[in-house]
Amino acid sequence: MEYFLQQLINGLTLGSIYGLIAIGYTMVYGIIGMINFAHGDIFMVGSFIALATFLALVALGISALPLILFITLLVSMLFTSAWGWTVERLAYRPLRGSFRLAPLITAIGMSIVLQNFVQITQGARVKPLPPQIQGGVTLMEGVTENGTIAVQLSYMQMIIIATTLALMIGFSLLISKTSLGRSQRACEQDQKMAALLGVNVDRTISLTFVMGAALAAVAGFMFLLLYGVIDFYIGFLAGVKAFTAAVLGGIGSLPGAMLGGLLIGLIEVFWSGYFSVEYKDVAAFSILVIVLIFMPSGLLGKPEVEKV
Amino acid sequence: MSTEQNLLTIRGVETYYGKIVALRGVDVDVKKGEIVTLIGANGAGKSTLMMTICGSPRARTGEIVFDGQDISRTPTHEIIRMGIAQSPEGRRIFPRMSVMENLQMGAQLVDDKHFDDDLKRVFDLFPRLKERANQRGGTLSGGEQQMLAIARALMSRPKLLLLDEPSLGLAPLIVKQIFEIIKELNSNEGLTVFLVEQNAFHALKLAHRGYVMVNGNITMSGTGAELLKRDEVRAAYLEGGAH
Repeated sequence: MEYFLQQLINGLTLGSIYGLIAIGYTMVYGIIGMINFAHGDIFMVGSFIALATFLALVALGISALPLILFITLLVSMLFTSAWGWTVERLAYRPLRGSFRLAPLITAIGMSIVLQNFVQITQGARVKPLPPQIQGGVTLMEGVTENGTIAVQLSYMQMIIIATTLALMIGFSLLISKTSLGRSQRACEQDQKMAALLGVNVDRTISLTFVMGAALAAVAGFMFLLLYGVIDFYIGFLAGVKAFTAAVLGGIGSLPGAMLGGLLIGLIEVFWSGYFSVEYKDVAAFSILVIVLIFMPSGLLGKPEVEKV
Repeated sequence: MSTEQNLLTIRGVETYYGKIVALRGVDVDVKKGEIVTLIGANGAGKSTLMMTICGSPRARTGEIVFDGQDISRTPTHEIIRMGIAQSPEGRRIFPRMSVMENLQMGAQLVDDKHFDDDLKRVFDLFPRLKERANQRGGTLSGGEQQMLAIARALMSRPKLLLLDEPSLGLAPLIVKQIFEIIKELNSNEGLTVFLVEQNAFHALKLAHRGYVMVNGNITMSGTGAELLKRDEVRAAYLEGGAH
């Protein structure tokens, strides 16, 4: 029981990070029907910006950790958003109205560009960040034949889960209640009509990339804090996992991306905990295949209706 | 015709879909406070003209002047900002938004302080929409969607209202109702209306002036009453038609 609870906490933590990245995939897909394969690398860029900012702030002599964390978060969201915006502007917008595969190909190209750019400018070796947030609370303790086992909820995990929860609630409200969110949904349902009502479609699409990148930056920062090492290649696997999460939840669906992220995180952690670490990715992708066989549009996705 | 009191002047507009020509040099004038109708058969290019006015697709050649400004190169969302609203072909209601959200989309360029008044006004015109306010657009009947499309266009407080076949697929009683509302808006509020119709009889009776479009060309124009009397019009669009 204690072991189960501990795995649950670990799974939710990892799932939060996947969920935040998955939102970027699902929103972009929703609005322009394209898989932004460079999104995982935007997440990677976000974690590098966070690391650089963090070290710069420490070098400047700021000692209050909460302040450093907060400033780092904001700075990395800001700059990563700028990256997201630029990628859309340079690589995707000129191809709008082109054949469907064209932006997909440039997306893969952008992914390679971002990886290589970071590899060349930052080096190929992993970058460490010593653990910053230590300690936690013990929720319960149990006795097994191998000794005692404690269920730990670290402060790090608390921060990750709470931040993700707050961001997801805020983000859902933004999409469902504000005029910007309404414009985004309008573009998603009928771009031509949205323009006929005065929506600047290009700007709305840009903002969608910006929002996705900002959330990916948060995920990148959390990844950095949680694992303590990053390199130029972390975007690939995290991106594939988050993309899987978005598809599992139903691509185009915002709650689906969040749910999918949590599920992928939980599957991975439980599989590692009860069976074997080596096959955790196989487990995650197998679940995806099984779900897609029985629910082709994902868990919360809407069936694709051909537009007339 | 002098173009001074024109709200909308279209001169020599040609529009293409790829290599296929849809409009072959169209001239149309819409004066302030008028109801002008454009009639013609299926595929004549009527809806293309409506969309070309809004810049989607753009006119390849020719000039479209709205309220004194050439808009033939202006992006769609900026044309709308200048005061044109369209209830387009096929209604294009946002299916996964509520009726209320569809109306909010229509009002998004207007100052929020007008919203409640404008909402009350369209609900007075179309009480049916008020009952359906929280229902999703995709679940409305055809007639309700048409009402919503017109209401949504009105929410933007347009100077010029473009209506593309508001009668399509609707029961005669509802068509009558919608035409009465158009007339009311025009005579009470001075709203300028450019109306595309296949239902030529109703449209010509309602409109001050009309144009007939055949195969991307304007072939006839005149007052509604004049066109109703012309033999060519009667033969092509009225005899055996819906009246």
